[in-house]
Amino acid sequence: MRFHTPKTFEQAATIAAGASGLTRFLAGGTDVLVQLRAAIVTPDDLIDLKHIPGVKDISRTAEGGWRIGIAVSGAELGRHTGVCADWPGVVEGMQLVGSTQVQGRATLVGNLCNGSPAADSVPGMMAAGAMVSVIGPQGSRAVAVEDIPAGPSRTTLLPGEVITAIVLPPRGAHGGDAYLRFIPRTEMDIAVVGVAVNLRRDGARITEARIALGAVGPKVMLAPAAAQAIMGTTLDEAALAALSAAAIAASTPISDKRGTATFRKDIVGVLVQRAARIAYARAEGASA
Amino acid sequence: MSKIHVSTTVNGDAVEFLADPRDTLLDCLRDQLGLTGTKEGCGTGDCGACSVQLDGVLVCSCLVLGAEAEGKTVATVEGLSTGPDLHPLQRKFIEHAALQCGFCTPGILVAANALLAQNPDPTETEVRYWLAGNLCRCTGYDKIIRAVMDAGAEMRGVN
Repeated sequence: MRFHTPKTFEQAATIAAGASGLTRFLAGGTDVLVQLRAAIVTPDDLIDLKHIPGVKDISRTAEGGWRIGIAVSGAELGRHTGVCADWPGVVEGMQLVGSTQVQGRATLVGNLCNGSPAADSVPGMMAAGAMVSVIGPQGSRAVAVEDIPAGPSRTTLLPGEVITAIVLPPRGAHGGDAYLRFIPRTEMDIAVVGVAVNLRRDGARITEARIALGAVGPKVMLAPAAAQAIMGTTLDEAALAALSAAAIAASTPISDKRGTATFRKDIVGVLVQRAARIAYARAEGASA
Repeated sequence: MSKIHVSTTVNGDAVEFLADPRDTLLDCLRDQLGLTGTKEGCGTGDCGACSVQLDGVLVCSCLVLGAEAEGKTVATVEGLSTGPDLHPLQRKFIEHAALQCGFCTPGILVAANALLAQNPDPTETEVRYWLAGNLCRCTGYDKIIRAVMDAGAEMRGVN
């Protein structure tokens, strides 16, 4: 295994594109090193991205959103008052990943690229409408987070492509988001179901909504019908019932050791209502 | 396979070692530097026995490559005591009998030390959540939590 420490993303992409064997990018390492040790994935070329300037930075975009570097850890994200104020649902999803020790290293991009259907940070990013910047042999492109997962442990990124940053859109007025997951204990577990809701209000009425579901299908996915169910409503009982039914209908879970498909469908219907209530309350408190 | 020359600082001392690119920081600490206080439990970041601080951040050293330590500062359990004087956490763990087999203890001491450095007066709930990534199969955790709370109190000068 060759260990590379490129100083630019262009160099990183060039190394990856020119590699003949298996390549892995190293950010926080909390998945790559586990796979390496278990001999699930033994890369021929391991490309450490943490020597690239700016990968630890969180900065305002010109539009008023946030640009988050690929090596920003969960702990660092949680300490950033600006992102926490604008996108609490994104932050609370990321902060559910692993222990204190894992939070010191784990990253949003790593969680996304690991491709787990149960990734806790991904529903929040999808619901927020986050984009990733990608660089590769064909040049640069911006991709919506929902277009990255392709299935369990698979992404749509092409050989030689590497994500260079995550971009959260401007929060804007009267918006709120939230992420909830179900686990059978209080900490240190993998989501049985995860739900993120992001919405905007005009007075009591919901004018925009995006809902993403985790661990109830082969990949984290948007549920447009669930979002549609609360559009134009005041999140009254009828809207919540429609929301629950739409989220259940959108789910195609498997049964495994963490829960049966039936159980997961029940839970997604409950969690989506709770997350919507939290996002709705946060939107009321949010000013700009 | 060519090895990587790594210069780093461990517990205040400048050290150098040659790492295979696949070696974790845990491997390097134990096998290259002889610092066997840091334990390998699961090797997959679940148990916390290998906890160290890397540039002041609490991490599992099994999830860090040795090569990544280049130019950084590593703090292990060996750096806690001052000469023959045990750190308050170490004394309180003995007083409260907060260990049985002791395998998880170095990682818990390092993790608790990192907590008290940034939050000198944590609540019991904060201690329990902070240490959720440090598994102990002997004690049932109660004595560990009490020892950490007590050490925090002593370090604040409360008793």
